Amino acid sequence: MRTAPAMILEVKNLRVEFPTRRGTLVAVDGISFSIAPGEVLGVVGESGAGKSLTGAAIIGLLDPPGRIAAGEILLEGERIDHLQHEQMRRIRGRRIGAIFQDPLTSLNPLYTIGEQLIETIRTHLAIGAAEARERALALLREVGIPAPEARIDHYPHQFSGGMRQRVVISLALCTEPRLIIADEPTTALDVSIQAQIIQLLKKLAREHGAAVMLITHDMGVIAETADRVAVMYAGRIAEIGPVREVIRAAKHPYTAGLMGSIPKIRIAADRLRAPLVQIDGAMPRLNAIPSGCAFHPRCGKSFERCTTERPEPRPAGANLTACWLYD
Amino acid sequence: MLHAVDGVSFEVRKGETFALVGESGCGKSTIARLIVGLYAPSRGRIEFDGVEISNPAAKAATARMRRRMQMIFQDPYASLNPRWRVRDVIAEPIRAHQEHTKRVEERARRVGGLAAEEAQITTRVAELLKQVGLAPEDGEKYPHEFSGGQRQRISIARALSGNPEFLVCDEPTSALDVSVQAQILNLMTELQARLGLTYLFISHNLAVVSHVADRIGVMYLGRLVEIADAQELFARPKHPYTRMLLDAVPDLEMSGRQRTPIAGEVPNPLSPPTGCAFHPRCPHANDRCKRERPELRSLVEAGVKPGLIRHGEAASACHAVEEKRI
Repeated sequence: MRTAPAMILEVKNLRVEFPTRRGTLVAVDGISFSIAPGEVLGVVGESGAGKSLTGAAIIGLLDPPGRIAAGEILLEGERIDHLQHEQMRRIRGRRIGAIFQDPLTSLNPLYTIGEQLIETIRTHLAIGAAEARERALALLREVGIPAPEARIDHYPHQFSGGMRQRVVISLALCTEPRLIIADEPTTALDVSIQAQIIQLLKKLAREHGAAVMLITHDMGVIAETADRVAVMYAGRIAEIGPVREVIRAAKHPYTAGLMGSIPKIRIAADRLRAPLVQIDGAMPRLNAIPSGCAFHPRCGKSFERCTTERPEPRPAGANLTACWLYD
Repeated sequence: MLHAVDGVSFEVRKGETFALVGESGCGKSTIARLIVGLYAPSRGRIEFDGVEISNPAAKAATARMRRRMQMIFQDPYASLNPRWRVRDVIAEPIRAHQEHTKRVEERARRVGGLAAEEAQITTRVAELLKQVGLAPEDGEKYPHEFSGGQRQRISIARALSGNPEFLVCDEPTSALDVSVQAQILNLMTELQARLGLTYLFISHNLAVVSHVADRIGVMYLGRLVEIADAQELFARPKHPYTRMLLDAVPDLEMSGRQRTPIAGEVPNPLSPPTGCAFHPRCPHANDRCKRERPELRSLVEAGVKPGLIRHGEAASACHAVEEKRI
């Protein structure tokens, strides 16, 4: 018997490696975090930071030769990182729901959305066809599809991009999963549709008490949706903390630079066309991660120790920050 | 018949940045391609420095004008030839230009011209690479050896190599990470100041536009719905669609302002709504909006004849604004 854990997802020292002919690439390097019921954890970072791979590792969908080389992943207190393929497949449909960037890749073009919803529901829950259809209709209504009774028998191509993403969300929710992993769920959508989807995700997490891991490069989406946020850089967590603290009082120089580089609408004439804060250089490639703190070659505040010794996340204000400035 | 762009009129003044914003499918990229001559308009005319460049009959005049403009594309992975060294990518417009001049002046007859020209090109390429923040040695490499941001710098160097006056930039930073986007936007602003360039800047991102634009045109379903000075547009947006776009921008200051989600989606351009194309999503729509298509009207003089909007005037295509209902 195990006691009910306070956290739905716990990730401890996760390491993801890609063995290649020219040596092993470490794409995710010893990261730890957890997500509570009803909480939205934003995972933000630029291309190559390792945020999507972290999500893929949790749902057991790392593309070979990528593999979990160390660490533990616990879903409601139970380890899921070393499960067999078949066992993981059952958990993935039943207890973990996934939403990806392009809704078309998550939907089969040859089946109506009703058939796809009903099949998913009946694969994981022991209920009859009629009851499953009722449940599918209720879900479509919940995610805001107008006239669900008519739309349930339509094919994916008959929906617009925003509506398709709503269908994918209803698919991810249809078995009442405890954990939802949403990887760039709004990136392919126009701004006016983005706001609709964000509000929907937030409402569903709250109402269903599920834990949500929201992976995105868009700080704006995080600011509006997440309770806490983890900022990733070169496969590591640079900073993690409550979203207000990270956005308004970033401790790590990378987070601060990232926040400064995001264009914000400027109204006052004197601020129009002022240059943006820029971080020189680019994220290192996986085969050339700098020693010590991976950010030190681009950091304006780096000193001797940053070049040799790797900082681990430690408390700095309300956040945990992997930076020697806060030692 | 699909009208990707329908009855759009605007001017770009020398030295300014004019931005076109709108969601996918609004026709902003089509306009960019019409201007640089990748598409031909079915109706209407495009003038550059007073000369019509949209008339297929006047090829010579058009070609002369086109050399003064260049385009920067969104995807720096697709827009650079992977088999060419960077120096050749950048030198191509110079060489193409020289070919042309040669034919005209028969310069090839001059002895020793070729070697001297090649040396000149090498110097020019090195200078261009430095101008966009790369090293002259980078010219020897191939595009795949560069990151997305560096590739976009190469695209800019290529665009600048023929000494253009006017750059059409179609979502130049949309494929880039934010920290890299900041580098490229700063570089573009700096180059504009240094070289006196004029930009047509196309983007779906209002926040990006607010950093670069002097004037802004907002597009919806192939039509211009509002034109205004950047400052005016952000402080006092007129058209309901512009207001909606501004409301949909995420709140990064965490002031607690809620984004107002807008009902509905962009309609299918094959069967656009009657009257004002925005009316099904507009909170201020009435019977007239469903019936009658609003023209872009100057806000300076109410009731003025619709037509070309001159610089400095704000205009909007909305019955509710015209009737002073909003």
